[in-house]
Amino acid sequence: MPKLIKDGAITDSSWHTVSSQTVYEDAFATKAEQLLVPFNMWQEHKAELKASDLEIGVWLDSEDDPYELSHEVGNLPLIAVNFPIFRDGRAFSSAAILRQRLGYTGELRAIGDVLCDQAFYMKKCGINSFELPDSGDADDFIRALSDFTDSYQSTVEIPDPLFRRR
Amino acid sequence: MYIYDAYDKQMLDDRIKQFRNQTARYLDGKLTDEQFLPLRLQNGLYIQRLAPMLRVAIPYGCLSSTQLRKLASIARDYDKGYAHFSTRQNIQYNWPKLEQVPDLLAELAEVEMHAIQTSGNCIRNTTTDQYAGVAVGEIEDSRPWCEIIRQWSTFHPEFAYLPRKFKIAVCGTPNDQAATQVHDIGLYIKKNSDGEIGFQVLVGGGLGRTPVIGVEICDFLPWQHLLTYLDAIMRVYNRYGRRDNKYKARIKILVKALGAEAFKKKVEAEWQNDKDGPATLTEEEVKRCKSFFTDPNYEEDSDSSDIEAAAAKDLLFDHWLERNVASHKQLGYRIVNICLKETGVAPGDVTDGQMEFIADLADKYSFGEVRVTHEQNVVLTDVKHADLYAVYQACQKESLATPFLGLINDIVCCPGGDFCSLANAKSIPIAESIQRRFDDFDKQKDIGDITLNISGCMNACGHHHVGNIGILGVDKKGEEFYQVTLGGSADRETALGKVLGPAFAQEDMPDVVEKIVDVYLENRKDGENFLATYRRIGIDPYKERVYAKAD
Ligand code: SF4
Repeated sequence: MPKLIKDGAITDSSWHTVSSQTVYEDAFATKAEQLLVPFNMWQEHKAELKASDLEIGVWLDSEDDPYELSHEVGNLPLIAVNFPIFRDGRAFSSAAILRQRLGYTGELRAIGDVLCDQAFYMKKCGINSFELPDSGDADDFIRALSDFTDSYQSTVEIPDPLFRRR
Repeated sequence: MYIYDAYDKQMLDDRIKQFRNQTARYLDGKLTDEQFLPLRLQNGLYIQRLAPMLRVAIPYGCLSSTQLRKLASIARDYDKGYAHFSTRQNIQYNWPKLEQVPDLLAELAEVEMHAIQTSGNCIRNTTTDQYAGVAVGEIEDSRPWCEIIRQWSTFHPEFAYLPRKFKIAVCGTPNDQAATQVHDIGLYIKKNSDGEIGFQVLVGGGLGRTPVIGVEICDFLPWQHLLTYLDAIMRVYNRYGRRDNKYKARIKILVKALGAEAFKKKVEAEWQNDKDGPATLTEEEVKRCKSFFTDPNYEEDSDSSDIEAAAAKDLLFDHWLERNVASHKQLGYRIVNICLKETGVAPGDVTDGQMEFIADLADKYSFGEVRVTHEQNVVLTDVKHADLYAVYQACQKESLATPFLGLINDIVCCPGGDFCSLANAKSIPIAESIQRRFDDFDKQKDIGDITLNISGCMNACGHHHVGNIGILGVDKKGEEFYQVTLGGSADRETALGKVLGPAFAQEDMPDVVEKIVDVYLENRKDGENFLATYRRIGIDPYKERVYAKAD
């Protein structure tokens, strides 16, 4: 089971992540009750997925446009943003858009190549749960969430930039 | 100068701790090379041809004498007793040891300095005109705005992993010595008819493999919106900039691909959401930042007749006054340029002793502050006219009084193949061979204003595209050759140089440059400078001369 950190603590994840290569019919093979499906699958099979008994979340790859979830964010219990490789920084913007622009308030999870060295930035962009790769050290990660005491900028976490608070 | 408060200090301490931990994890084998790479780069650390290279930020070129002394002691304690001023108002150490870097950074932090975001695919050190705050006819002092941008760009959580590096320049002076138009974002400070401050915003400028002059996407951005607008540009770039090919990843490629109009539309659509939001600048914040850049206590003074008398007797001093000293907004004061281009020394290199000397000079004669320039020189911004001869004589003793600022031997040159692992060719020896050729100072003076820039590869750290004469090192089947461009300039009328023709061998370079200069000398009219003549007569006469077959 992948290591999950949510709101600053280690927890278990009951969600099953469906990979982007999975064909739709196979997505249900695991019998998991909570499915995190790729954005493309969601787009294609939205009606059926919504009608199923399962809980459905959506994960965005770095090139997916979060604005396309505008009308869905109120209904989704989980949205994830994927880091295909840690240095691909698009997911930071996707996360910020989901929170700031679309007003998403549910669980926002980082998946993929999630490194502790980016934990703080992810948190600032509004990500509140983190699925670590097998090589990831959960304690290191939790510590890294508070690598910095504060930020200069207006962030999802604290919208007032430092200059309005200092 | 900006002075750190408890927040700034905390942020810097947090970063040092973080990087110490990252370095330890790397040395323990817990981080792979690939994972450590962007982390060390964002802390200024390259692995170079011979050793690591650490690039330290000099925010918008401003340094206190205390900071300069620290840079000197670091050069002595962690390096081989010298350092290199780059073309981006940074300073580079060529020989630090990886395991010592966290300690070195801790020492820098003692004087409120750092190497944060001096490298890597993030927002780099913001640069500006070295005469900011003292230039005659200045529209607005750019330094407080640069500081506002520095803070906004430091550890920006959304924009630390961009498609590629990102450089911002701000200019509030009439002459633009910041090469503003060849930056990813160039900001010209303007005043509208009501006297309110705003910015003309250019995007997509840059040198490197595909040199481009920035295009305007906003002709007047009221100052309150500076940061929200920058956020919008960055978000569009972060989301849509190419990541599949590092040579096509800069914002200029995105702007070209979309077209400036479409790019602007995307930015404005994004901006509408944040405009007037919490990141909107407040008057208090601008006032706070401006409070660090007030005028020093200038004495009511006028020019001293002693200086003219000294110049009449000392010819070299007279040259130095003419070339290296610029007018100042304050009566009785001058701006003094210390040219770091002594022949035989790599352009921009300074020793620990020279740094300490300059720090002392600044304390004694210029309110304890210096500036560094993208032309790799150092400036004392506030020298009393009456002190000029004393400053000159002191500089002379340290071999820092070369009186050729802006002349042909004031060569801008990247470290090239002697140090840089990306180089195709050496650049420092080319600079030296040209300097030797033009050693005769009268000849240099006769040639007059000219810029000569040398880069050791396409990355164009020596800004060769915007040199009146540009020299680029290229690799031809494993041999080093040099391509020449003519007609570049980096001022308010920025132009990219045109390629003269096939590249030359290293030993031919002094001859080639001399022939180019001869064509100018023979064709110039009515006090035209090199660039004006080139613009009038075009490239052909230069081509003919340089490639003429010997009889
Ligand atoms: S231009 Fe090329 S050789 Fe010169 S410093 Fe830059 S990367 Fe190195």
